[in-house]
Amino acid sequence: MNTEVNLAGIKMKNPITVASGTFGYGREFSEYIDLNQLGGIITKGTSLKPRPGNKSPRVCETPAGMLNAIGLQNPGVEHFINEDLPWLRKFNTAVIVNACGSTVEDYVELCKILNKTDIDGVELNLSCPNVKEGCLAFGTTYEGVKNVTSQVRKVLDKPLIVKLSPNVTDITQPAKAAQDAGADGVSLINTLLGMSIDIHKRRPILANNTGGLSGPAIKPVAVRMVYQVAQAIDIPILGLGGIVTGDDAIEFMLAGATAVSIGTGNFVSPEVSVDAVKGVENYMRKYNIDNINDIIGTVQMN
Amino acid sequence: MGIHRCVKLVNKEKLKDDIFKFSIESEEMCNLAKPGQFLEIKVLKGIEPLLRRPISIYNVDKDKNWLEFIFQVKGKGTKILSEVEVGQEIDIVGPIGNGIFDIKNYENAAIIGGGIGVFPLYELAKELKNAGTKNINTYLGFRSKDFVILENEFDDVSTNLIITTDDGSYKEKGFAINKLKEDIENQNSEGKVPEVIFACGPLPMLKAVKQLAEEKNIPCQLSLEERMACGLGVCLGCAVKLSGTEDLQYKHVCKDGPVFWANEVEI
Repeated sequence: MNTEVNLAGIKMKNPITVASGTFGYGREFSEYIDLNQLGGIITKGTSLKPRPGNKSPRVCETPAGMLNAIGLQNPGVEHFINEDLPWLRKFNTAVIVNACGSTVEDYVELCKILNKTDIDGVELNLSCPNVKEGCLAFGTTYEGVKNVTSQVRKVLDKPLIVKLSPNVTDITQPAKAAQDAGADGVSLINTLLGMSIDIHKRRPILANNTGGLSGPAIKPVAVRMVYQVAQAIDIPILGLGGIVTGDDAIEFMLAGATAVSIGTGNFVSPEVSVDAVKGVENYMRKYNIDNINDIIGTVQMN
Repeated sequence: MGIHRCVKLVNKEKLKDDIFKFSIESEEMCNLAKPGQFLEIKVLKGIEPLLRRPISIYNVDKDKNWLEFIFQVKGKGTKILSEVEVGQEIDIVGPIGNGIFDIKNYENAAIIGGGIGVFPLYELAKELKNAGTKNINTYLGFRSKDFVILENEFDDVSTNLIITTDDGSYKEKGFAINKLKEDIENQNSEGKVPEVIFACGPLPMLKAVKQLAEEKNIPCQLSLEERMACGLGVCLGCAVKLSGTEDLQYKHVCKDGPVFWANEVEI
């Protein structure tokens, strides 16, 4: 049975990765699961300088999902390189850094630094809905995505995956922009902008008022968008949005994803990601699939 | 670090209409548990409700290998949890928390709790007593007589137990914090100020305790809560602002807490 996939030039032993912001830099989960079993780890969104993040409350539960407005709290790229990367490299799993910034110059500077490190690739975060500057500001238009992606492409030789926001009218536009600017792949979807109100206090629950909706509640939206993007571009897709089981992962792959990320599912139980690896293998056995690549994008539309 | 296990509910008591005491059997978890820690409980399999519920540990009975927690039914998740019956299994990650109560053989320790915040203070008082603390003065505040809970249990592990009700319908009238303040000021003249204050309860109470501790220059630990998702220190949801730092900095209830030294945090 072959579960190995090649995502945008990154070889992975299986298509299951963990999504940025849901796995830290791996340490906490290493106490519960064997990180060697994962296809890859996408780090917490990392910026040039440390970021403190937003005020509390930063999270709240919603039907089959949750809202978050963490605000990209992270210790900065220097800390990542010195403290986290050497530790992560002890495991046999791909390490992809989710890179975020406030300006185009930030992204370029950050990727210049990351280009010199021993990481497997960069996921360019153009889609965080919870910070005032950058990210989403670049991520919703063809021009915005193309501009920042091309600038980064000039300084980054490593595989470049652009993470797209679902908070757009036509998801294929930013996807095409990423491809036209020379990205090696795209990942989608980031969270959907949402809001929950405390009816007793008559105020939004999150201190930031709005936050990103994630979890199984958004899965059908994500599957639809992965399918649409798969029809529109030729570069590989990392699919995510509400995946908690191997069957969910298969659904995204049928829609056109080469690999997938487990995000909010990691919060439900620490073993969800490694269980999904087994779930994919079970599906392959059940349907006599020798090579997982054979199912990518094979959904038959009605 | 905690462990992830499905453990059997071995005893269930209804303490009030909406407050339940659950005892689960787990030698592993009992051996790991430290005063101040909590459990992350998945009340139903599947995706709804999605997240675990953080619930503090009330008592560790190492003779029976029983881990006990008390919770109030507040929403959908705790309602479902309250319907679990003895013999059924509960999906738990825990015990969780690196910031724990500082157990020592103090001469004088003060414990203050309010409402449903009193639950984690029982294990604390018990362990302080076991560690040889001479005077454990416990102040518990409740809204009214109907809300008073665990009086006998706290009496067993405290040197003095002071109960207050906001409306005076039982024991002392007023807020527990005012009794604590009075006692500190009276003891002060006799040189018997507590060396440490431990607190858990509603935010206004914790703010008042923090202020009092700072005024009287007494080390103080607060058990905090905040909305959280993972309980593992990765989602960074349960942020608490650090005090005394020039740049804005946060720590996290699940990983760095839930117990913090009062002078470290802004609440």
